[in-house]
Order: sequence, then structure tokens, then C-alpha cells
Amino acid sequence: MIDAASWTVNVDEKLAVDKFNVDEENAHIVVRSRPSEAEFDKLVLCCPAGLYKRTPEGETEFDYAGCLECGTCRILCGDTILEKWTFPQGGMGVSYRYG
Amino acid sequence: MAADFDAIVVGAGCAGSVAAYVLAAKGKSVLLVERGEDAGSKNMTGGRLYAHALREVLPHFEDNAPLERKITTERISLITQDECTTVSFASPRLGEAACDSYAVLRGPFDRWLASQAEDAGAECVFGIAVEDVLWDEDRIAGIVAGGDALTAEVVIIADGVNSLLTEKAKLASRPRPHQIAVGVKETIALSERVISDRFCAADGEGSAWLFAGAATQGHVGGGFLYTNRDSISIGLVATLSDLCTSAVPIYQMMEDFKAHPSIAPLLRGGSLAEYSGHLIPEGGLAMVPELCRDGCLVAGDAAMLCINLGYQVRGMDYAIASGRIAAEVAAEALDAGDTSANRLSAYKLKLSESFVLKDMQAHRDFPAFMEGTPRIFKGYPEMAADIMRGMFAVDGSPVRPMKRIAMEPVKRMGVLTLLKDVRRGMRAL
Repeated sequence: MIDAASWTVNVDEKLAVDKFNVDEENAHIVVRSRPSEAEFDKLVLCCPAGLYKRTPEGETEFDYAGCLECGTCRILCGDTILEKWTFPQGGMGVSYRYG
Repeated sequence: MAADFDAIVVGAGCAGSVAAYVLAAKGKSVLLVERGEDAGSKNMTGGRLYAHALREVLPHFEDNAPLERKITTERISLITQDECTTVSFASPRLGEAACDSYAVLRGPFDRWLASQAEDAGAECVFGIAVEDVLWDEDRIAGIVAGGDALTAEVVIIADGVNSLLTEKAKLASRPRPHQIAVGVKETIALSERVISDRFCAADGEGSAWLFAGAATQGHVGGGFLYTNRDSISIGLVATLSDLCTSAVPIYQMMEDFKAHPSIAPLLRGGSLAEYSGHLIPEGGLAMVPELCRDGCLVAGDAAMLCINLGYQVRGMDYAIASGRIAAEVAAEALDAGDTSANRLSAYKLKLSESFVLKDMQAHRDFPAFMEGTPRIFKGYPEMAADIMRGMFAVDGSPVRPMKRIAMEPVKRMGVLTLLKDVRRGMRAL
């Protein structure tokens, strides 16, 4: 079980400086319902955008808005807890200005 | 029926834009399709471009390419939680034309590279995601994008490390977590003057700096820092199969790395301009997919052409060279009116005769060495710091002989272990 008590950083503040065109209509990543806890926790640790979260009650939570489209979850859990992984539609998603 | 284009190139990164440029310059009709709203908007590098491959394609790139700083200082550090042992090499010869390298940012750089293709006559469309390849029996005859089919005599897949198209084209299977690293980067804005002063750099010049050890909190991977003109690129790279056993998430590691006493003063007063993440194919030759089939070639990160040796991190020069070679082979095949796999397989041959696959072949055992030698990331950084502290810390107690200062930390690690690791490392390099 993940212990988030010592994590001081708020990744949402980092994402706030990035430019996104979020496609509100289409989720390009979908997590299966009732995902394996161990698999989900891999993504809590490895997703650079911190999109895979544990609530204080320990519930799993995922939101594709803020996705950097890196593919970490596809490589780690594409076969286990993801129902869908694709790129956002053309022109949508993150848009790096520096890169 | 004639195809819509001689060639369709998927992805306007280093490989794709160069392939489109070379084909267009040879008079072929080319469509370059990019899913980002502009070239580079989905791309990220550490990063540094070794210029040799670009010079081969665009000899006068220095006149107008958006290069950040020429790298003339190289540093490698082993870091513990609060100590840092560094090898630093500064040389004007690193900046000479045969071996020059530049810090780059992929946003501006990729836009410039795609504009070279466009100026040469390639048709570029941005903001269009390619959903699938178009099959004509066993042959790839084009692409499907936005529900429409577009046909070409040859398709060059250069859609990057998360290549969904190489899977759809039945050329590759999904990489394994030990073959892939995730990179995170912060672009920290600082004035040009401050960066030059902090890194003792002449105008237009700068540093590349790689870190092993506490940067990834002992996990397989490392930290990086590159000086741009008026920003610093700082980040981490961590192999996924090991990162997923970490106690903290990668973005917390990143925060801790930036707070390291050897790093924090370099970033002081800077503001976060961008936070980015990207995958890196680090599995070496073993993960290179099939590179061609009827009507299709694969280049760049989609072909997993990348090497991380801890002191050299290369991918963009391989992407540029593979894009060029793919385009040259495609152009010859188009001239011969034969874009079958048999004809296009000249690409594999030419790549293996070039530095691209020669390097990948020479370093094929290195990924397994890194993965199988956890002491590089936890053990040796501490050993190095112990030796350095023994040499430099003076507290008035009687001096110890150098042999003991140096050998005690080595003995704690195990002399034989160290010798074996050095031997294995040298073999893999």
C-alpha cells in the first residue's frame, strides 16, 4: 500500500503552466472498473502527471485531463488495468511550447 | 489507379521531417502528417542534439536552426543525498564542426525542421491523428486519418516511441517495462546572463550534465541538466520496471532532485516555464522492430533507435540519420517503380552499414548491464563520496595514508565486486 504522507509536491501546480486543449467529449485513456490495486499503484508512482491517484480513503481515482501523452501507463498496465489507450484526437491534448 | 502521394510520412519529429524533406527535395510528392497542432508540440528532449547527422542533410543548419547553446562542457556526477562527485570536461574542441552538439528545445526545433520540409515542397498537415495503416492485402497502401483513407506508394512510419502504427502494421509488439524509461523535465526560465555566469559559459555556449545515484533515489536511471539560451532543462529518466518499485512518485523524485544542494543554487530565482514527460526506448538493439514491409518503412523512435550510455544519450541523431536513409531508399524504390519489402529492405542494409545500427550493435549488451548493476545507482555514488570526503575533509586528526582513504570505501563495496562491474561495464561499452 502506498504511503503518500511524505509527498510534498503538488504536481497539479506543475501541470498548470502547460498548455492543454482538453477534449472534454472523449477520454483517450480508460481504466477498467475495479482495477488491481498493485497494478494501479505502479501508475501512482510512475505517471509523471500524477493522474492516477489514491483518495485519502484509499479509493483509486483517474482523470485523463492533464495527460502528457507519454505512454507510461500503456507500457506498464496496457494489458492489465487499461480498457483503452490511444492518443487524443488530432490537435487535442498537451501542446508543448518548449519541449 | 495512381496513389494520392508518392510517400506519406507519419510524424513531424526529427525522423519524419527529415524524411519528408529528403523526399520532397528529390521531387517526390510527399504528405507529412502530424497529430500535434504544430510540429514539436508533442515532443520533448532532455536534451542535446549531436549535429553530425543534421549537417549531412542540411549543411547550413547553423544559419537558421533554433539552437539553444553549443555544448562545450560535459559533466558527469555521482550523487548521494547531499554530496556530489563530478567529472567535468571543458574543451573548445567539443564545439568543432565534426563533433559539435547543441542544447535544443523540440518545440522551436521541430517547427523549424518541418518548415524545411515544407519549403522543399512537402505538404504538411498538423492536428491530424493517423488512426491506422491502410491495407491492400498484405501490402501497406496508405493511412487512415480522420476516417479518410489516403494512399501512397510508400508510407514512412515515424510516429515516435509510442508507435501505435508499428503495432497496427504488424512490425512490432508493445515494448516491455524494462525496455522503456520515462523522462520528466522542467524547463526553468532564467536570464541568458545568469545562465552563462552560473555555468562559466562563453556567449552561446553551455553545459550538458548527467547524474547517477540519488537523482533517482537509487533506482535505475539518472538525472540530466542542459543549458538552453535563457532556460535550463532539468529532469530525470527512470526505467519503468524499476521505477514502479519506488517509495515515491517520479514527480516527487524530481522535486527532491531539484532541492539537492549541488543543484538548487543553479536554479535559484528561475521560474517553471513548462513541465513535460516522454518515454525513451532504452532496450537497445533487442527492441528494434521489423523495419520494413511491403510499402512501408519505420524510422526514429518508432524504430527504437536510441542509446543511453550514462555519458552519451543519443536518439535525435539516429532519428535524423534513419529518416534520411529511409527517404533515400524510398526515393530509389519509387524511381524503380517497386516499393515491395524486397526492394525496401535496402533500408535495413544501409542502416546496418551506417553508424546507427553499428552503434546499436556495439552497445547491445549495455541496457542489461545497467539494469543488472544496481550499485551504479546505489553504492558507487556513496563510495565515491566517502573517498572524496576522506581526501578533502581536514579536522586536525592525524592524517591517514591515501591508500587507506581510497581503499576502505572500496573494500566496503567489495574489491572483487567493483572489479567485476568495471570489467562487465567495459565489455558492454
